[in-house]
Amino acid sequence: MKQQQDHWLVRPRTIKILWIMFSVVLALLVGADFFVAHHPHFGVDGLPSFSAVFGFISCVILVFGAKALGLLLKKPEDYYDR
Amino acid sequence: MIGNFMLFPALVLIFSGFLSLFLRGNVRAALLLGAPLFTLWMVWQISDGPQLSVPYLGYELTLVYGSKLGRLFATVFSLMAFMGALFALNQRSKLELGAAFTYAGAAIGVALCKDLLTLFVFWEVMAVASTLVLVSNGAAALKAALRYGLMHFLGGVILMAGIAGHVAQTGSISFEAMTLERWPEMLMLAGILINAAAVPLGAWLPDAYPQASWSGMVFLSAFTTKTSVFVLIVAFPGEQVLIWIGLFMVFHGIIWAILENDMRRILAYSIINQVGFMLTGIGIGSEVALNGAAAHAFTHIIYKALLLMSAGSVVYMTGKSRCSDLGGLFRTMPVTMVTGVIGALAISAFPFTSGFVSKSMVTQGAADAHLSGVWYLLVAASAGVFLHAGIKFPWFVFFQKDSGLRPSDPPMNMQVAMIIGAVLCIFIGVMPQSLYAILPFYVDYVPYTFSHVVSQLQLLLFSGLAFFLMLGLLKRTETITIDSDWLWRRLGLILANGTVRLVVGVAAPVRHAGVQAVQALLWGLNKTHNEKGPLGRPAQTGSIAFLMVLFLAIFIALRFYS
Repeated sequence: MKQQQDHWLVRPRTIKILWIMFSVVLALLVGADFFVAHHPHFGVDGLPSFSAVFGFISCVILVFGAKALGLLLKKPEDYYDR
Repeated sequence: MIGNFMLFPALVLIFSGFLSLFLRGNVRAALLLGAPLFTLWMVWQISDGPQLSVPYLGYELTLVYGSKLGRLFATVFSLMAFMGALFALNQRSKLELGAAFTYAGAAIGVALCKDLLTLFVFWEVMAVASTLVLVSNGAAALKAALRYGLMHFLGGVILMAGIAGHVAQTGSISFEAMTLERWPEMLMLAGILINAAAVPLGAWLPDAYPQASWSGMVFLSAFTTKTSVFVLIVAFPGEQVLIWIGLFMVFHGIIWAILENDMRRILAYSIINQVGFMLTGIGIGSEVALNGAAAHAFTHIIYKALLLMSAGSVVYMTGKSRCSDLGGLFRTMPVTMVTGVIGALAISAFPFTSGFVSKSMVTQGAADAHLSGVWYLLVAASAGVFLHAGIKFPWFVFFQKDSGLRPSDPPMNMQVAMIIGAVLCIFIGVMPQSLYAILPFYVDYVPYTFSHVVSQLQLLLFSGLAFFLMLGLLKRTETITIDSDWLWRRLGLILANGTVRLVVGVAAPVRHAGVQAVQALLWGLNKTHNEKGPLGRPAQTGSIAFLMVLFLAIFIALRFYS
């Protein structure tokens, strides 16, 4: 019964496997960077794994920036009806 | 002359939209599906240069003018009308599709015209028709429709003032590249930017679009902002201010989408974000950047329509739109989920999707122009797009928690419309030459190099990693996020109420003081003039005689000594 309720995709075991696969892909991508001849436009962007680091940090900054703004800007859903 | 009108594609959609109001069943469906395809065929019959002109008030209006850019936009507008019609056939309100076709036809009219007066007429038809698309969703959408209409009529008035000034100063009604030196052109730019949902009035978009029906928003997302992009490419290419406005919009869209709970408002903010990329490209102004802006408008219309069809299907089947109410739908809506994910990958510019081959031309434009700051911001924003739309939309709607909802996929016509959109997204991504061949400038750009693909995958997948590591911070809350619409929805109200209070507040003391003054006067008059007061009581003869003698004495004294 429990087996039927839990779709295979959301079972903890599947999720663990997905995380492992995801980590392997990330590692391969970073590894591939050392075999690629980059054509940097400005210098820093030619460093290996620049995109990985830059993308990750950008997202962290965006999320924390949004959270900070959210303190000011988030209102109850009936804000304009009151 | 009459024969030439056969070459006026805008009228085909406008007329069939009107006609569809009186038809039903298969005849209506055949008309609504046939008309966009016929329009598409007509668009490709138009050769370069002016094709249809009429004299009007001493001016020569160029109603149809063939150009690569115009054909590109007219093509995607026709495709969009076809996909949208197929998706919306089950919509109970006939008004919606009728208005949507008028809206699409007018957008094609803008894309193919070559004078400012024709442009303005179609611009206003779009404003009215798109407001009707909102109105057709009934009472719930009425207030938002009113705000939407007012904002667009304001934009129209500003644009018209600019056009009038421009024509008065230059004597030309030609719709062509302009310089931003005098006020008429500045007004025109301001009017166009309102329709592009640019800062600071852009909040009309996330305010109004999500109030449309499940199918209405698919149409709304496609035409208004992208017509503005088209007009900006023609009239203001390389205008630097657009770079900064565009970059602002890019981050405005991302940050507000991160905070948002309603899936269709998330997608509305991502329209602002994507139009920001296009405006930045127009501001850079080189051939590769303008090609990028035009190509990105083309691909964006398709994948955003696909995302909104996916979201619309969820609304259609569940009646719910808030991420906090949804989740786990992948179990029972596989087609909606897979096509939605393809749209999400395309908007994130994943390799082998349409977004990859169009957006990268804009960033390439920034690199070629040695705008390092702009380039870094665009790349950071590309990561942010994956975060706010690419993962957030599919994750919270189709995966996340199990909401317990078990809706099936929507009716077949809606599924087919989504599949067509998904196929187009992948086709353009795999065969970029098909799109590059119809861009306004010659394309000397190769999107698929090993280095570019690896960089882009790193950027996106590490953004994905960031998303899942910060999932706790991104948990949806049942809130709305205020935007610049606060200015007219709240501040306007506060000012109006304040004015009322001020008037009442000032008037009351003034009236009170006036009443008191009159009362004091009456009291004083009564005091002196009543029967006992000094001036009211009957005077005695003796005292009068005394007064007379006194006055006489003073008089004689004055006479004598003067």
